[in-house]
Amino acid sequence: MQEAVINRAKELLADGTVNRVAGWKTGEFSFDTTPAVFTSAEELDADFVYNDFCAPNLSKYLVKESRKEGKLLVFLKPCDTYSFNQLVKEHRILRENVYVIGVECTGKVDAETVKLKGIKGITSMESDGENVTIHTLYGNKVLPKSETLGTKCATCKSKKHVAYDELIGNDGEVDEESKRFEVVEKLEAMTPDERYEFWRGELSRCIRCNACRNVCPACTCESCVFDNPDSGIAQKAAADSFEENMFHIIRAFHVTGRCTDCGECTRVCPQNIPLHLLNRKYIKDINKFYGDFQAGADTISKAPLNDYTFGDCEPSIVYSRGGNE
Amino acid sequence: MFRLPVERLDELFAMVSAAQTLYIPADGKDSRAHYTKWEEGIKLSNALNTVRSAKDFFFPQTTNLCDFNKKDKEIEIIDNRTESEDFVVFGVRACDTRSFTILDKVFLVDPVDSYYATRREHGTVVTLACTEPEETCFCGVFGIDAASPEGDAACWIADGYLYITANTEKGEKFISLVSSLLEESSDEAVEAQKKATAEIMSRLPFNDIDTSYFRKNTLLEIFNSDHWKKLSEACIGCGTCTFVCPTCQCYDIKDYDTGCGIKRYRTWDSCMYSDFTKTAGGNPRTSQVERFRQRFMHKLVYFPDNNNEEFGCVGCGRCISRCPISMNIVKVIKTFGEVQ
Repeated sequence: MQEAVINRAKELLADGTVNRVAGWKTGEFSFDTTPAVFTSAEELDADFVYNDFCAPNLSKYLVKESRKEGKLLVFLKPCDTYSFNQLVKEHRILRENVYVIGVECTGKVDAETVKLKGIKGITSMESDGENVTIHTLYGNKVLPKSETLGTKCATCKSKKHVAYDELIGNDGEVDEESKRFEVVEKLEAMTPDERYEFWRGELSRCIRCNACRNVCPACTCESCVFDNPDSGIAQKAAADSFEENMFHIIRAFHVTGRCTDCGECTRVCPQNIPLHLLNRKYIKDINKFYGDFQAGADTISKAPLNDYTFGDCEPSIVYSRGGNE
Repeated sequence: MFRLPVERLDELFAMVSAAQTLYIPADGKDSRAHYTKWEEGIKLSNALNTVRSAKDFFFPQTTNLCDFNKKDKEIEIIDNRTESEDFVVFGVRACDTRSFTILDKVFLVDPVDSYYATRREHGTVVTLACTEPEETCFCGVFGIDAASPEGDAACWIADGYLYITANTEKGEKFISLVSSLLEESSDEAVEAQKKATAEIMSRLPFNDIDTSYFRKNTLLEIFNSDHWKKLSEACIGCGTCTFVCPTCQCYDIKDYDTGCGIKRYRTWDSCMYSDFTKTAGGNPRTSQVERFRQRFMHKLVYFPDNNNEEFGCVGCGRCISRCPISMNIVKVIKTFGEVQ
């Protein structure tokens, strides 16, 4: 797969279709990959990787990259193409300046997931698609790949590419059986007090590093309200810790109807807060009250919250669901 | 050297916490280690290190500096400091322990930061030697011995015993506080453990990274290097590296309008943020390249320039495992080192 990807990138660079390639670069360890832009065949040969460790979503980088001179080739995994579409729809990516190659994905291995299994001192990992061999300072281990996936991949919604100019590898299907709302349902079944305790427990770990916001493809405001010293709610830690908890709820509301459920927020959180659950709750509610909707599935449909139909639920829905209790 | 059986650790914690507030690394609901106030039932974590560093105890993320109350034309200034009670932090690793001496060089020089100084004065640091370093550890590069941590008192867990020895007067006080639980012991098991740990340390992937480039070349050469652009290319400008870092010390001071007065607090700041050091006159660093460069120039050039060649990094490895896009200080050091 990696070889095919590099070869195609070289061809497109050579024939002048593109002048840059956005992809992933090897890190200090085989499992820590960094998004990077490559401009020559030599650079591609030296550092480019596409393997089971390329979790970072490249779509958001295109907001800036698509405004630079010349056309850029980007490799997008199925989930990344949803973010891409959504950004095209919002006119944040200049589509004509990007050449998209969809790359097959069977889920990405997450070092944090592996470490949580008590495996220490990981010096390298290799995946053959079925199993992951983990080399550590304290011996080698083999785990089925399915047990090493990050949250976003373990509850993947779709292996189908929704935007591309060409594909390398097979296209998959939307997973109708996806278990992505399972934990949300558990939270819904809790009493308000239990739910409050759950979220206070999770969100109280927040250090306001803004990694979730900065990595989020739905957060592309030129200047965030939380960065504005005059807003009274500027970033960094607030005087009252409850405000930091509110930050995430406000942010989740802000991206409602635009969040494609790419899962990057939870992947990058240094405190391992399951932020995606907030987004999934809103996605689930939208599906229920406005009809099934997947942000980023296309570039033309109107989002439920930007559109009015007679079928929309009334504001009183909050009360009829016990929101006043 | 004193020791007590590991099974009796709870008794030791109980005895300490009867006298002072005690914090230990314990596993949270998220299965990661966090410093937690000890109470019955809280167990010492087996994790190598906590997600956040131990700097929180002396330089918390937010500190309420003072309050202002306004009545008519009078403004009342209220000093609401409460850090006047002694406390113990147990289980601090060698890297975090060294970070305190780095922070001391910032906060305890004239003009002394009284908030930090008070906390340092009241805190006793009891360290715990590492036995299973992670692949991201590189404290050895900065002359830190993970197997023999500094601190007021140092501990080793070996062969079913907790071994403890005092390094300072505060450490001696700590040991005398729990002396009824301890027995005198030889240091054979500790020495054996030090050897075993040293062997692992020598195999760490970042054990021999070379930082000499940053001391041999001039500030401007490094500052003006072309490397920064490529290194910072993927940086998303979040504050993860700075907030998990035990030595990052920059802060901002803000006023919070409580409706009937002002709460003046300081909060960790991050050089990665777009409004870092922004003043009425403007922003000295308008691009992410400049902000990214600032962080590493500070740790690898400015800080050692001002502090007898000591780097502003302790090699704890938190930034390496936490960066959303896997860019870190080791990659910076290696990139510059390679061009030599």
